[in-house]
Amino acid sequence: MAILVNKDTRLMVQGITGSTGAFHSGQMLEYGTQLVAGVTPGKGGSQFQDSVPVFDTVIDAVEKTRANATCIFVPPPFAADAILEAVDAGVALIVAITEGIPVADMVKVRRVLDSQSTSRLIGPNCPGVITPEQCKIGIMPGHIHKPGKIGVVSKSGTLTYEAVGQLSALGIGQSTCVGIGGDPVHGTDFVDVLELFQEDPETDGVILIGEIGGNAEELAAEYIKREFKKPVAGFIAGVTAPPGKRMGHAGAIISGGKGTAAEKIAHLEAAGVKMAPTPSDMGTTLQSLL
Amino acid sequence: MNIHEYQAKAMYRQYGIPVPKGFPVFSAEEAEAKAKELIAETGSETVVVKAQIHAGGRGKAGGVKVVKGARAAKEVAQDLIGKTLVTHQTGPQGKLVQRLLVEQGLDIARELYLALVVDRETRRVAIMASTEGGVDIEEVAANSPEKIVKVFVDPAVGLQGYQVRGLAFALGLEKPAQKSFAKLLGQLSKLFVAEDCSIAEINPLIVTGSGDVLALDAKVNFDENAAFRHPAWEELRDLSEEAATETEAKEANLSFIQLDGNIGCLVNGAGLAMATMDIIKHYGGDPANFLDVGGGATEEAVKKAFTIILKSEAVKGIFVNIFGGIMKCDVIAKGVVGAARDLGLDVPLVVRLEGTNVDEGKEILGNSGLAITAASSMADGARKIVDAVKG
Repeated sequence: MAILVNKDTRLMVQGITGSTGAFHSGQMLEYGTQLVAGVTPGKGGSQFQDSVPVFDTVIDAVEKTRANATCIFVPPPFAADAILEAVDAGVALIVAITEGIPVADMVKVRRVLDSQSTSRLIGPNCPGVITPEQCKIGIMPGHIHKPGKIGVVSKSGTLTYEAVGQLSALGIGQSTCVGIGGDPVHGTDFVDVLELFQEDPETDGVILIGEIGGNAEELAAEYIKREFKKPVAGFIAGVTAPPGKRMGHAGAIISGGKGTAAEKIAHLEAAGVKMAPTPSDMGTTLQSLL
Repeated sequence: MNIHEYQAKAMYRQYGIPVPKGFPVFSAEEAEAKAKELIAETGSETVVVKAQIHAGGRGKAGGVKVVKGARAAKEVAQDLIGKTLVTHQTGPQGKLVQRLLVEQGLDIARELYLALVVDRETRRVAIMASTEGGVDIEEVAANSPEKIVKVFVDPAVGLQGYQVRGLAFALGLEKPAQKSFAKLLGQLSKLFVAEDCSIAEINPLIVTGSGDVLALDAKVNFDENAAFRHPAWEELRDLSEEAATETEAKEANLSFIQLDGNIGCLVNGAGLAMATMDIIKHYGGDPANFLDVGGGATEEAVKKAFTIILKSEAVKGIFVNIFGGIMKCDVIAKGVVGAARDLGLDVPLVVRLEGTNVDEGKEILGNSGLAITAASSMADGARKIVDAVKG
């Protein structure tokens, strides 16, 4: 089962002929993901690695290959358009890796997403989604993952790898790992992913990794307190981050005294989440809950 | 990205948003000349001289002076240029005043507050207005939040008339002012979207004795992600307002922020970079910087990162923390060894490598003949660098 993606997921890649898109498409194929189509306007009719057909439009790719998921590597000026094209074609799962999409573009994209229920967006500015040994959509290193029963949801790419690395080293496998990204306006949020983990019989516990900025962690804490039944270990990055400075991610900023790590940690602890004292203890903190 | 008040006002003018008459100046002589011009044009002796720095709270810090006559304007300008202003937003080191705005004085009947921001919760542009203008809005938000009225703009239809009317009524505006306010807000809302702003704030928005509505102050921040469609921003950038190392890092595609501590950090990924600062603090040390070399960093980028970290004399040790995913550990190791050799590194260096090609990476570090301390985990590395720096 797992959530969002599995061995039956049929993936297309938008921006498959660009250097980043091509490299990661190769990696996804190697991992065993069913990569059934690529989309690059103007390159329709060609083949990626002599095996994956490339189309001019998303709708063509969907009609000819029954792709039900897409991974977007399109550069920032054209990324919102690429997401909207996928929504229009009714692609169920849209994973946007692109970093640096203007906020105004994402405000419009989000407005369209909220007015329909066919497509779900993960990201942008995220590492993607992986169900170990079944399907990898994104840029995470596949080999650190191990199949199992722990879900991981995170705003940060490398901190997710850190958590996964720790879990795998402890012999604890993962059901699905989801990077939701660190942009201020994005698609799927912590609560959406937690709802999916709640319903997934193959997920026994969750590691949640947040960071300064916004209030998604506070909303997650409320949801966990109210109805989430599985054990959760947490970590929030940015206890030492100075206010008013953007810490790498566009959304990672303490503004007007809001969005501090201390506030988020207090909310999550009050909801019964066991917080890892340092980022080196994410795996062992989760282990102590099993 | 931040711009100066006078630049924001020039932009407001382009959109037909009323602002006081005024000129940016760079010297006391220029201030006198422009003050004369203003006095001749307006027939009023009252002139305002405002320090132009990228920080709020200038009034309280003595950066805004209301004077009578051109000579007085010259005197206060002389005093302000070259002065370091310390406000609640500049930090203790303050900001050097190099530019001034000389403006006409106006007859102020009311001071209001108006701002547009992108609201993360509703994922819409939020318009905030308050009758409590001219003061720190964060204090108003904390002490009397009911005095801040908000409306949210649906991107599908844009700002609606009923929303503007609602705000005008909430601000208690009289008939003629209502109309001017509606026009001003409509234009500000257009500017906000067209210019890819993250903040457009007017504090105070004033109503004059004769019922005109003007932006007495103007603040605009841009969403840097949209820079590709605004080539004109480059000319608005005031590099003297940005930390030189942060600018240098940006040019090399590194994300760098200077902090107060003495342990330099070199990390891949924003979240991991923040977490690295946190774990150093956890073990009793103080990070000197945030530095994310990004997902696809090259040997060159790693070297550049070292150069930037070592520019700070406060740095007494460096912690390299890499979780190689797509980024290969052997590439990082080569960069680290190359940088340590070329730069003659004389502070302790602790390196933690994990992920793709980790064994090759460790071998390169081990065979380098350099005094590099290897760490087996983030915690191990943080402890080792904290101990090394303490001596």
